[in-house]
Amino acid sequence: MATGEKRKYKVIGTRPLRHDGVDKLTGRAQYGADIRLTGMLHGVVLRSPHAHAKIKSIDTSAAAALPGVRAICTSADFPDQVGRIVELGEGAVNMRHLSANVMAHDKALYKGHAVAAVAADSIHIAEEAAKLIKIDYEPLPPVMEVLGAMRDDAPLLNDDVRMTEMGTVKPETKPSNVAAKFLFTKGDVTAGFAKADIIIEREFRTATVHQGYIEPHNATVLWNADGKVTVWMSTQGTFTARQQTAELVGIAVSDVKVVPMEIGGGFGGKISVYLPPVAAILSRKSGKPVQIQMERAAVFEATGPTPGSFMRVKVGATRDGKIVAGEAWIAFEAGAFPGSPIAPGCMCVFSCYDIPDARVEGYDVCVNKPRSNAYRAPGSTQVAFAMETVVDEICEKLGVDAAEFRIKNGAKEGTRRVDGPVYHRIGMIETVEAIRDSEHYQSKLTGPNRGRGIATGFWFNAGLKSAVVATVNLDGTVSLIEGSTDIGGSRTGIAMQLAETLGIAAEAVKPQVADTDSIGYTDVTGGSRVTFATGIAAVEAAKEIQKQMVERAALLWEVDSASVKYEDGKVIGPAEKSFSFAELAAKIHEVGGAVIGHGTSSSAEQGGAFGTHCVDVEVDPDTGKVQILRYTIAQDAGTAIHPSYVEGQMQGGVVQGIGWALNEEYFYDDKGVMRNATFLDYRIPTCYDVPMIETIIVEVPDPAHPYGVRGVGEVPICPPPAAIANAIHAAVGVRMRDLPMSPPKVCAAVMQKK
Amino acid sequence: MSKKRVVSATINGNTTEFLCEPRQTLLEVLRNVLNMTGTKEGCTNGNCGSCTVLLNGRPVTSCLVLAVEADGASVRTIEGVACGSHLDPVQQCFLEGAALQCGICTPGFIMQTEALLEQNGHPTEADVRFHLAGNLCRCTGYDKIVRSVLAAAEFKRGEATT
Amino acid sequence: MPTVYIPPALRDLTGGVETVEGKGQTVRAVLVDLEPRYPGLTAKLCIDDALRPGLMVAVSGTMSRQGLRTPVPANAEVHFLPALGGG
Repeated sequence: MATGEKRKYKVIGTRPLRHDGVDKLTGRAQYGADIRLTGMLHGVVLRSPHAHAKIKSIDTSAAAALPGVRAICTSADFPDQVGRIVELGEGAVNMRHLSANVMAHDKALYKGHAVAAVAADSIHIAEEAAKLIKIDYEPLPPVMEVLGAMRDDAPLLNDDVRMTEMGTVKPETKPSNVAAKFLFTKGDVTAGFAKADIIIEREFRTATVHQGYIEPHNATVLWNADGKVTVWMSTQGTFTARQQTAELVGIAVSDVKVVPMEIGGGFGGKISVYLPPVAAILSRKSGKPVQIQMERAAVFEATGPTPGSFMRVKVGATRDGKIVAGEAWIAFEAGAFPGSPIAPGCMCVFSCYDIPDARVEGYDVCVNKPRSNAYRAPGSTQVAFAMETVVDEICEKLGVDAAEFRIKNGAKEGTRRVDGPVYHRIGMIETVEAIRDSEHYQSKLTGPNRGRGIATGFWFNAGLKSAVVATVNLDGTVSLIEGSTDIGGSRTGIAMQLAETLGIAAEAVKPQVADTDSIGYTDVTGGSRVTFATGIAAVEAAKEIQKQMVERAALLWEVDSASVKYEDGKVIGPAEKSFSFAELAAKIHEVGGAVIGHGTSSSAEQGGAFGTHCVDVEVDPDTGKVQILRYTIAQDAGTAIHPSYVEGQMQGGVVQGIGWALNEEYFYDDKGVMRNATFLDYRIPTCYDVPMIETIIVEVPDPAHPYGVRGVGEVPICPPPAAIANAIHAAVGVRMRDLPMSPPKVCAAVMQKK
Repeated sequence: MSKKRVVSATINGNTTEFLCEPRQTLLEVLRNVLNMTGTKEGCTNGNCGSCTVLLNGRPVTSCLVLAVEADGASVRTIEGVACGSHLDPVQQCFLEGAALQCGICTPGFIMQTEALLEQNGHPTEADVRFHLAGNLCRCTGYDKIVRSVLAAAEFKRGEATT
Repeated sequence: MPTVYIPPALRDLTGGVETVEGKGQTVRAVLVDLEPRYPGLTAKLCIDDALRPGLMVAVSGTMSRQGLRTPVPANAEVHFLPALGGG
């Protein structure tokens, strides 16, 4: 339940039914793979069987001769890209690398790397044709692990990659797998550690894990005879998908229209494009619309996982429990091309604490795995696992309560982060207090091999750009068009903010997500930004409607508009004149045309989000299996717009974090081939693996939003691995520093301790 | 390519004839031949449960059933759950319980729940979790799904006694 | 006067100094003021009269999308940071 004494709002904080609910419950909602176009062909992408290989030649003649095959493409069909750096809404991308990821140029850099594609009358013909494409590979030794890839004698993936620091390359830097170095310092770390009574320094590893959305990537593209390209797809951001597609196939951005279909999960993995440029080329060559849907194995092998990592974290504290210094060395596996979330990883590792002296050094390193991509609070879960288990060990050694230690050292308004800026109003300490005071934390846990752990996590939350258009209908409803694709009910969250501002019911707003030709530029649904930033745009649009409604009322009453005001969903004039919103809506056409409100927002950053988790586990010492007995999450949501969907984000993030903690990992053999590219063997949690996830919504309003919203989507995934590791320690006395904490590893650790 | 076969099945109560190749799965035929795209494809190897339909009343992953196997059978899909313009109690409870986020797994969960509540009108939380363990959801953490299934069971019990 | 935090990787340009003071009401003006004292600083942070791709400026703890045009109040802190997105 949301905290707070008195209901401040009429709509915000209530739980209306989501507007797209019935469509999704009856199978009517149209997802990317559901679109059917006349004459549509089916495409298949042929992928490299090698983790690292030179592509010496590609012979497509036999495939082209198969009846029913309409087009074949390879990288030769794509325009050359110089190594231009393009801002793609969520970050800067090297276009040459993006192009080579969509279709391998001269080298295959990971098993599953796309090397050719076929479009045919049926999926089965396309599959048969793909098998007829002959590719002459020269296999090269792969490098699969971050520290190995950093060695001078490691196999080199990209000969155009040199280590950059602050965007520049030092002269005479040789090509290497190390693509970037980041360094953040605060104060004097040596002097800081000199003040410490206790110093804990530990090393950690985390495995490559996948976002694991249930809907595979898909794209349906028509390259029309007039040169205009339409893409129907499942994407977190239509505008970035449009820009990537246009750049990769070499046409103007305005010649591409991206139509957002419903999206079956993203978690950061549906921002980069994979299929639309390929389907576009196949459509151009065949003159027909082409649909490609990725197979599940390709989703694992060839779309962005989050990086595996190696981390060393050192923290010093005084005897009375005050952190005095911190130092971290972090290396992330970028995958085949540079671009891991190493920078946010570095910026998050100490972000929950007020640490006077700190130093963080991080490296972005290429390995023969798929190009990594954003995954829910990118980089933060890895570093939280390291930092929060070190903190737990300090608490253990000092004999202090883990919650009290976090309250004493927690970041708050005015705390300077290691990357420099000072926090505005944040709710880190409030989330720890909420856990400390919870019935769960206060309860006694009994029984053998059972233990309790807590951990805190942080995510920045992005702002970025959003646009909405809202039109008043004569029946008193409002049609709301937005550019933010809706992955988890955000349509309703945005509609509620518009409704609150107008003083109408959430049900009176009809939200709709529009294509790139029908709404202004909107950044991705990601970075926990939509309810915040698109919400701000909706509030702006509502204010514009208020203003116009006041003017219309003044015209109807034939009074000066200065004597009319909008209040509480009513328009009030002189001499006790008043209209309800619906009454006035019915009359607007008597004195003018449509009433349309526009809103845009472009904020760079919202207030940060924090969450603290508490978990009870039971460890089976004979098998190493860890059972989650009870789980409680407290998170600062700023202001919870729709509490059910805030809880949903919290619960979903926790369970993803439990999967990351206990089971999920890419298993590679010595040839660099992933051996568990199915949902059977890449084991995401089922409902049988987890209990109910208890939620405590903490509300410390963000001053940067009119209703105080903070994004809630990402931070819940950060604390679970550390909280569970700390609980395992409490249960059986072993410290796990290698994710996932799968049964064999836990079992071995318990045996070793015995 | 082998010759197409004529298959006759009762789909959502309607006798339906369709042509399919022997290698085509029931999922493929539902989606690509009959244009019933409510049944979702998540993995095509039976691991995610998104394509769950009821075949002669039993829940099956339709990606692992050949369409020719449906000859003479009764098939129920998500399109056949709501009665006219009224949601089925399971759907209604999922809607009220916020049991979906992206919604891609929802049709599979609804079908699996229909099967459960046919067999067991008084499921415990453990029963629900056991029965639904073959359906993956990556968004919700399952909490609200399990609660909604329990609510649907309760609602149906109430309906049965009135 | 605004305080500019020099990223650790660029402190060879400031003789190891972490913070410097620069005059100006925008980030661009502050950098123009700093350049004669710390030659090469602008070239490290900017390309084609804009912040390098992948960099962002934060003024008094708030990230800005306006780059070099970002207003800088008198006692503000200026940080140059990696641009961030999210999942």
